[in-house]
Amino acid sequence: MSNGTSVKGGGTFRFGLLLLAFPLMLWLFLLVVLPHIDLFLVSMRERISYGKYEFSLINYIEFFSEPLYWNTYVRTAVMSIFATFLTLVIGFPVSYYIAKFMRGKGKNVLFLMCLIPFWVSELVRTFGWMILLRESGVVSNFLQWSGIADGPVEMLYNDATIMVGLVYTSMLFMIVPLVSVLDSLDDSLIEAGYDLGGNGFTVTRDIVIPHAMPGIASGCIVVFMLTLGNYLTPNLLGGKDSLWFTEQIYTQFITRFNWESGSAFGFLLLVLSSLIVWVGLKLSKQTLSETVG
Amino acid sequence: MADLKLDQIHKSYGAVDVLHGIDLDVKDGEFVVFVGPSGCGKSTLLRIIAGLEDITSGDLMIDGDLVNTKSPRDRGIAMVFQSYALYPHMTVYKNMAFGLKLDKQDKAAIDARVREAARILQLDQLLDRRPSELSGGQRQRVAIGRAIVRQPKVFLFDEPLSNLDAALRVQTRLEIAKLHQELKSTIVYVTHDQVEAMTLADKIVVMNGGNVEQVGSPMQLYHHPQTRFVAGFIGSPAMNFTKVSIDKVEPGKVTVSIPGGTPSVLPFDVDQNELGNQVELGIRPEHLSLGDGGELTVHGEVDVVEKLGDSTYLYLKLANGDRVTVRAPGHSRVKIGETVTASVSAGAAHLFSGGGKAFAKVDCPAEYSADE
Ligand SMILES: Nc1ncnc2c1ncn2[C@@H]1O[C@H](COP(=O)(O)OP(=O)(O)OP(=O)(O)O)[C@@H](O)[C@H]1O
Ligand SMILES: [Mg+2]
Repeated sequence: MSNGTSVKGGGTFRFGLLLLAFPLMLWLFLLVVLPHIDLFLVSMRERISYGKYEFSLINYIEFFSEPLYWNTYVRTAVMSIFATFLTLVIGFPVSYYIAKFMRGKGKNVLFLMCLIPFWVSELVRTFGWMILLRESGVVSNFLQWSGIADGPVEMLYNDATIMVGLVYTSMLFMIVPLVSVLDSLDDSLIEAGYDLGGNGFTVTRDIVIPHAMPGIASGCIVVFMLTLGNYLTPNLLGGKDSLWFTEQIYTQFITRFNWESGSAFGFLLLVLSSLIVWVGLKLSKQTLSETVG
Repeated sequence: MADLKLDQIHKSYGAVDVLHGIDLDVKDGEFVVFVGPSGCGKSTLLRIIAGLEDITSGDLMIDGDLVNTKSPRDRGIAMVFQSYALYPHMTVYKNMAFGLKLDKQDKAAIDARVREAARILQLDQLLDRRPSELSGGQRQRVAIGRAIVRQPKVFLFDEPLSNLDAALRVQTRLEIAKLHQELKSTIVYVTHDQVEAMTLADKIVVMNGGNVEQVGSPMQLYHHPQTRFVAGFIGSPAMNFTKVSIDKVEPGKVTVSIPGGTPSVLPFDVDQNELGNQVELGIRPEHLSLGDGGELTVHGEVDVVEKLGDSTYLYLKLANGDRVTVRAPGHSRVKIGETVTASVSAGAAHLFSGGGKAFAKVDCPAEYSADE
């Protein structure tokens, strides 16, 4: 105690910080770092016989030699990027409207309306879509009743439906960061844009979007990761043909009880999402700290 | 460069009327300043001219063209915002070039104009910086530069100096005055600082509650306010007002009695039926002097003394409870609690009817007149 007095101020502060950060660190370590290390180790071994394992790359080799696996992998990535893009394109005008045209009470009401779907569980929400879209569902019945279609219409189990479900599920995670970043855009900056000879398009392109870039990036990252890792929506709305990579992981772990190749797939998904987020940040000239901060 | 004409401009937000029929003529090259208390509609009127707000009814002409429905870009105006509205993600150069780029001008022309404006505003060294790396005064100059490069017909300024500290405000004020002489452009400028209004304007528009109270040169407003509101608004410290009753009305002469003072004859044309009415007498603090040398005297007890060095303000309490400010010389030795007499020549007085309208003064002495 006695020799600590000289650095007391700094020392106590740092200790306090450490103490505060400890639960977070523990959480990160136990639930994120540790499982991934284990995942990585498991993925690098081959089961020889009961309880006997050997180091091997066979799981990764299997992934690349089986077209179904890496086709699904690429398809999931492309569909997720497209879903993210679609969410952005739909979410941006909505967010702009909430942030810039609504005032006071109306703004809160609109914001809440975006939140309402999240009051029911994702499972129930997705079943809601199924009730609407299946062959004997509400939409199909309506089309037959009104005479637009003469037989039952199946709207489930195709890519468009998966897309609708994915966009719907992740919309809020796009709108929240966009509204907050657009809120911080001073109205006079937009007005100055018109005053300087801009029109709706140029003002959006040169002023609104550059300002909103951090929000766009953080919204896209969250939506992309959620979509890529989504299991329920593609599975329920897309059925057997959905070919979503998380389903492959599920199959390996649960159905085939092949933890080794499941781990390898899981690890590959992590690499994929990190890589795409990194490329996205580089392309939009954003940094992760800016986006999160 | 152009003239500007406002004809019965009305503006309402929903059920709230903000402007009640504004008429105004601004000549080519004129520096016009809108002043008025907070919330009187100055910014709204400026934004209507800029095309940032719709006109509820009335006509707005710029350079002879009706521009009511034209978008800001087609009006040939450039606005300098109170918050500067510089783009944080662009350098000073890009900020200034932005309007020209939207105009699809070629690169060389843009460069020439930006550098010329930067030279005038002494921004040459700062062109590669971001707005966040500039001081308040420098940002202000960039905002002005961004307007200059577009060579607009009319410049619009909304309280451009209100975010600067006192010293910088004086300096920038001088720069704006110099700029106006150099560019000879039409400028409409909003402020609620009357010193800015007095020093910069060719023509001041005093607004109150969505109406124009009076339009005139700074000296006209100072010497010949048409309403009590203008009289109280222009001049610092504000004009003194006290209620007096009219005792006698003669052609070109009126006799009033001040509570606690002697009846005085003042040179005003007043209607006979005002006889016996209560009216308001206005006297500027700087026109009063200690002693009873003038035709109009007041007595009161000094309750506050403010020493400014070059002058001393004495705050007197009259017998009827009204307060009167007197500007005494800086070496004045008057103390709190003393009773003093101050007086003014009758020609310096202002007289306002119960409704706040000024009575016409006859034979105004040269030192209290705006006539050159
Ligand atoms: N968008 C709006 N909706 C409703 N009322 C408004 C709106 N904008 C301004 N007003 C009202 O119009 C009146 C005039 O506002 P304006 O901003 O023109 O005042 P101002 O003279 O510029 O005041 P200040 O000196 O404080 O800037 C105010 O009473 C204000 O409350
Ligand atoms: Mg204003």
